[in-house]
Amino acid sequence: MTDATATADITATARVPGGRRKRAGTRHSFAGFLFTAPFMVLFLAMFIAPLLYALYLSLYREQLVGGNTFVGLDNYKEGLSDTQFTDGLKRVGLFLIVQVPVMLGLALLFALILDSGKVWFARLYRVGIFIPYAVPTAIAALLWGFIYGRDFGPFADLADKLGTSAPNFLGDRTMLWSIANVSTWTYTGYNMIILFAALRSIPSELYEAAAVDGAGPVRTAMHIKLPLLRPALLLCAIFSVIGSFQLFAEPNIFYHIAPQVIGKAYTPNLYVYNLAFADQRLNYAAALSFLLGIVVFAVSYVVMYASRRQEAR
Amino acid sequence: MSAVPTVTPDAGAAVTATEARRRTGAPGSAGGKVFPTLFMLAFLVYFLMPLTWLFIASTKSLDDLFSSFGLWFSHFNLFDNIDQTFSKDGGVYWTWLRNTLMYAFVSAVGAALLAAAAGYGFAKFDFKGKNLLFWFVLGSVMVPTTALAIPTYLMFSKLGFTNNPLSIILPSLVSPFGIYLMRIYAEAAVPSDLIEAARIDGAGEFHIFRSIAFRLLAPGFVTVLLFTFVATWNNYFLPLVMLSEPRWYPLTVGLAQWNNQATQGGGATSTFNTVITGSLISVVPLIIAFVFLQRFWQSGLSAGSVKG
Repeated sequence: MTDATATADITATARVPGGRRKRAGTRHSFAGFLFTAPFMVLFLAMFIAPLLYALYLSLYREQLVGGNTFVGLDNYKEGLSDTQFTDGLKRVGLFLIVQVPVMLGLALLFALILDSGKVWFARLYRVGIFIPYAVPTAIAALLWGFIYGRDFGPFADLADKLGTSAPNFLGDRTMLWSIANVSTWTYTGYNMIILFAALRSIPSELYEAAAVDGAGPVRTAMHIKLPLLRPALLLCAIFSVIGSFQLFAEPNIFYHIAPQVIGKAYTPNLYVYNLAFADQRLNYAAALSFLLGIVVFAVSYVVMYASRRQEAR
Repeated sequence: MSAVPTVTPDAGAAVTATEARRRTGAPGSAGGKVFPTLFMLAFLVYFLMPLTWLFIASTKSLDDLFSSFGLWFSHFNLFDNIDQTFSKDGGVYWTWLRNTLMYAFVSAVGAALLAAAAGYGFAKFDFKGKNLLFWFVLGSVMVPTTALAIPTYLMFSKLGFTNNPLSIILPSLVSPFGIYLMRIYAEAAVPSDLIEAARIDGAGEFHIFRSIAFRLLAPGFVTVLLFTFVATWNNYFLPLVMLSEPRWYPLTVGLAQWNNQATQGGGATSTFNTVITGSLISVVPLIIAFVFLQRFWQSGLSAGSVKG
């Protein structure tokens, strides 16, 4: 797409007669650079510079004797054998394997149903299911914390009426799935809208052709809609993977309700946060931030690669 | 609510035609809608239940909150709760609301302007290293924002630049996704011939951008504006990391802190009613914006998914 625009620009400039052509071209290209410059300056200052600074920090260690010393990759080695960090990674890995397919499956199902037109009040669901995305994750965690709660949560109230007690949603075995529920509640509608918008952009002639061939709604969905949705689904999957590894607000807020269950290192991000702020181990926190970033990159790449391979088949 | 149309106005004419045929056709076609409708209604209850609970809980006094059934009303105490929320801790909720609005508004306008200019520059000009720069920016979409927040904090604290509004706003101005969106948008929406015609008329590049291109870019600009506004409004990690004084907190961090105090206080000394009512007030503006600006979301999200 870039090349097409570039060619159009060149032909347009070529219309200017004689020697002015070259000067005009240079002037234009400099103007283009100037348009991007304000963003690029901030990008360098707010994106690249912090990463470089953290990389530098991660190679040093604050020691009682000798102060700040260069230790090479020692912080990274420590991170890889730090069970608090690796357990957190495993935990978000488990979260990801269960929560992302459930959420994307629901979002896909909703989008297909809305798109099929075989439902009353379609607009109501489209808006209603999307609304939780307007709730900040931290507020969603507070809200679900109340709902899970034993004092005035609706589940506790209901169980009370039935003469039993509600399950402990924030216990050792239930915590991860209670957090997964908060994520599913917040982000299903967002993914649904992406998939629905992608479905809307499929030309209707394809459906007509399928109908002529006698394909029912389910076969149309399986053989026409799903393959065409692949890029949008991949985008949703990658954003969800990145989101899962970043889990922070929910465990941070549930910590105050169930400190024993969450602890200091429930998710890698929570661990890095506690290292930096409670323990003041800035160098080690910087190294773990980098390790986490590398893991996210690697997993996103695997998701993309797996999707490409399946497409090629 | 029952007047909501089943077929969206943006649906293609062909789809509407098939729809009409289906509806007037076989008598069994209405029956085919019952199961999907029940299915969607069941999930709608799940997605709206927590917010319904939040509204009901906001209407209750602290005593009623503990003693009455959660999913139904008791004595209507909403206005008293609002009053308590806004006057607690010397009216700090006002400060948090103002901070949140200010961070979100300044970040959104700034990020959208930067994205419009840069997207236009990337789409309509050719300069050395352009593609390299663009792919560099695009690759950064993959960097987890919270993995970036700690390094940004470390750098800012080294420079003595934490605990002020700019430490929230400056990082929020950089929206790689916004650049990507605006580049795609500018390529389609601003005809190169139009720019060339203006150049021949002797208009300067900045003048062309301001008075011709920007108007054509307006819908994309609004989309980036909305995305950044919501992202900054919802941000929790960055302000939690950067800010150490309640007077700079946004609502998310402030309310979480109130909740921690209430949880530690426990039972009767807690003030959960202010946390609950505060949460309700904080989500209402965005919900209203979402419902009324839905088409911008849809267009923005579909533009984003054009290329995976």
